Amino acid sequence: MAEREMIKKTPQPRTEETVTEESGAQGSEKNEKLKAELDDILDEIDEVLEDNAEEFVRNYVQKGGQ
Amino acid sequence: MAVKKICGIETEYGISTVGAVDPNPITSSSMLVNSYLALLAKKVGWDFVDESPMVDARGFRREFQLPPEVETHLVNTVLTNGARYYVDHAHPEYSSPECYTPMEAVLYDLAGEEVLRRSMAGAKKVLPASQSIVVYKNNSDRKGNSYGCHENYLMDRAVPFSKIVEQITPFFVTRQIFTGAGKVGTEMNYVAKEEVPFQLSQRADFFEEEVGLETTLKRPIVNTRDEPHADASKYRRLHVIIGDANMSQFATWIKVGTTALVLAMIEDGYLDGIDLKLSNPVAALRKVSYDLTLSKSLPLESRQSITAIELQYRYLEAANKYAARESLDSLGDEEEARELIKQWEVVLGLLESTPDLLSDRLDWVAKKRLVDGYADRHGLDFDDPKLAAIDLQYHDIRFEKSLFYKLKAQELFDTDQVNRAVYEPPERTRAYFRGKCLEKFGANVAAANWDSMIFDLGEDPLRRIPMMDPLKGTKAHVDKLLDSCDSASDLIAKLGS
Repeated sequence: MAEREMIKKTPQPRTEETVTEESGAQGSEKNEKLKAELDDILDEIDEVLEDNAEEFVRNYVQKGGQ
Repeated sequence: MAVKKICGIETEYGISTVGAVDPNPITSSSMLVNSYLALLAKKVGWDFVDESPMVDARGFRREFQLPPEVETHLVNTVLTNGARYYVDHAHPEYSSPECYTPMEAVLYDLAGEEVLRRSMAGAKKVLPASQSIVVYKNNSDRKGNSYGCHENYLMDRAVPFSKIVEQITPFFVTRQIFTGAGKVGTEMNYVAKEEVPFQLSQRADFFEEEVGLETTLKRPIVNTRDEPHADASKYRRLHVIIGDANMSQFATWIKVGTTALVLAMIEDGYLDGIDLKLSNPVAALRKVSYDLTLSKSLPLESRQSITAIELQYRYLEAANKYAARESLDSLGDEEEARELIKQWEVVLGLLESTPDLLSDRLDWVAKKRLVDGYADRHGLDFDDPKLAAIDLQYHDIRFEKSLFYKLKAQELFDTDQVNRAVYEPPERTRAYFRGKCLEKFGANVAAANWDSMIFDLGEDPLRRIPMMDPLKGTKAHVDKLLDSCDSASDLIAKLGS
């Protein structure tokens, strides 16, 4: 089965995105980037947010589980 | 030498039926699971003409059955990736297959999310146009009702349970500084609302005991449920009920990874003699969750006091010693385990200095920034329903509605890997045998359990294949055998010979 041949042996983390050093200049650069991203999301968030927040929150009732 | 930390994640999802009058969550949960089965049946017809890659194995575990009046609604199924997908306590639950490494547990938890997404899309097709079922990967409805995201880890039966309790409890109390999924407000009645505008964890409000068997009332920090689903003379399976469901892949990895590592250290005696014991773990749990400065002191039994971060550093220090002297083979992948320790150190360092930098990795940091940012921009009070709505919608798993998925969090796996894990089992645990038997011989599988498969060969009696060792039935063990069998009868005959 072709699909079976495609399976990689081990799922590997995409290590290039794993940051190990985040101090000094590099850290503050990253902080700026994260802030800009947050601002972008805050610009758009109202389009995604459920229309009536109060009702949405009130209606979300669950039976307790584990 | 610690036993292999075979692990899994069991996620109960919150469920909401939009547009229905007085919906029944059990019926909705059943509809979700059944919708998924219906989608699969179609797909099977297209892709694998002669195979039936999944089977509905109703009632495979007695202890989970609900009272008879609702039992007819219950659906309980096993997937070809080795997972169990079912209705539990009025919630849909996905229990991942047994995974060989913490990283693999992340992948199969994500596969579960994808299964739920497909189920929602499937349910949409059979519901009236005005209705839809939506699930949330969180742990509380903000009204005092909680549901769990449990973890399980294989352990050596020879290690006394009391030692596990003593050495893991301080870890569980403090790991929420990086595992917490964040919550707007508190659900504790006696705490003034303005004192806790935001807390680190979804679950801290719901724990009342240090140790116990309960999972739905008087929840304990360490759960004593003893179901090894394996040879009970060799193994124990630690059932962890104190975690939050994480949206962040990195947070899930570091949660499962550090916990597996700490358990391995307990087995190998690396925490013996270290001053870790908190004088009041239940009180400390909430204190840590409510302390956004991460700096409050927790009293130890030794009369010293310590912050949550400092306590975590004690565990990390022991881990560094452990890694210097021992193989980390018990975590499944030496390289992954060493990277994990490195990342644990990075996380603790950043929590001390600049927690905001972790907003692409830790759920509570990401959620808090979102909530604070929105409140600042619109001048909202801490108890504005909009902020509570942001909290809930962070955990929506639909890509188009989820606030988590709007953020650019670090990803450990891409869509292709997740889509493959929806069908393909882990290769290095017995989940492989379970999943492949279902894929190949699904029509003959009468029931599947964590530790056995029961085949119906069309003649009496049913044939049971025990799978008492989680490390047997791997691809390396059984792939040739399975490839050589044309039928379930053939498989049973070969296993018997």
